[in-house]
Amino acid sequence: MTIHVSAASQAAHEHHHTATGLPSWKVGFWTFIASECLFFGTLISTYMVYKSSSVQGPFPDEILNIPLTSISTFVLLMSSLAMVLALDGVQRGRRGLTIGWLAAVIVLGAVFLGFQVYEFTHFVGEGLTIQRNVFGSAFFVLTGFHGAHVTGGVIWLTTLLILAIRGKLPPERALAVEIAGLYWHFVDIVWIVIFTLIYLIQ
Amino acid sequence: MAIRVVQRSGPPPAQEKHEKHASVGFYWMIGIILAVITGMEVAIFYIPAIGAALIPILLVLSAAKFMIVVMFFMHLKFDSRIFTAVFMAGITLAVFMVTALIVLYYWIPSTRV
Repeated sequence: MTIHVSAASQAAHEHHHTATGLPSWKVGFWTFIASECLFFGTLISTYMVYKSSSVQGPFPDEILNIPLTSISTFVLLMSSLAMVLALDGVQRGRRGLTIGWLAAVIVLGAVFLGFQVYEFTHFVGEGLTIQRNVFGSAFFVLTGFHGAHVTGGVIWLTTLLILAIRGKLPPERALAVEIAGLYWHFVDIVWIVIFTLIYLIQ
Repeated sequence: MAIRVVQRSGPPPAQEKHEKHASVGFYWMIGIILAVITGMEVAIFYIPAIGAALIPILLVLSAAKFMIVVMFFMHLKFDSRIFTAVFMAGITLAVFMVTALIVLYYWIPSTRV
């Protein structure tokens, strides 16, 4: 008796499909992203409410650096492009492309974090700390949590890069990269909102 | 009775239905569009003549970038409607919450700190 089992079916079995035919990991992760929308929603609304309530400076229009943040925004957007190209590489079984684009996402993510560290250091030098005024508290909490998410994404993608280098990321395991990609793109869309509401609309 | 397991390539049926992703060229085009919109946002920010129209224009451009990333990079355009429904539930609640807090704070003076 012969049973035909595809490698992809084995991978799909690992991913435990739901009754809808959709991978439970992916359904669960989209639910997590929906909850993260509320998480960042609270932080953004807190910032919007309190940004003008400070009684002492520095104030947003005095300290926010638009040219610098525009570059870091561009870097994060391009990391999203690299992420989707890495996923495409995995799905096509192109190991070299997968490794290259995953490495690119990690480097671009690290560059974005570098910009954020520079910005925070500069702000502290200018007298804006998390305790200085309400604007400082709301700003550092919001952008700090976003930065923590980017850091988590960089660590996650580094583990995937190591798997890809070891040849343990075949097309059948593309879902692992797709879910990491969903996380990374979510971090990107949160920054799209932050860049507009916090930096450009002062 | 001996059971022989034969490896067969190809995605499982459940995934075949939802994996109509775009081409590499299309992703590059989306990346370029996102970069151009970001450039437009920054350029508009530095044009004083725009005045009161600045905020609506920035919000529209930001929403466009948001939608482009969600539809094409996160594949909601090609994927199951269930994922769209789950995401929209979260984003709708979040937008409602942000709007409600801003309205409460700026239009009802007694809620101000």
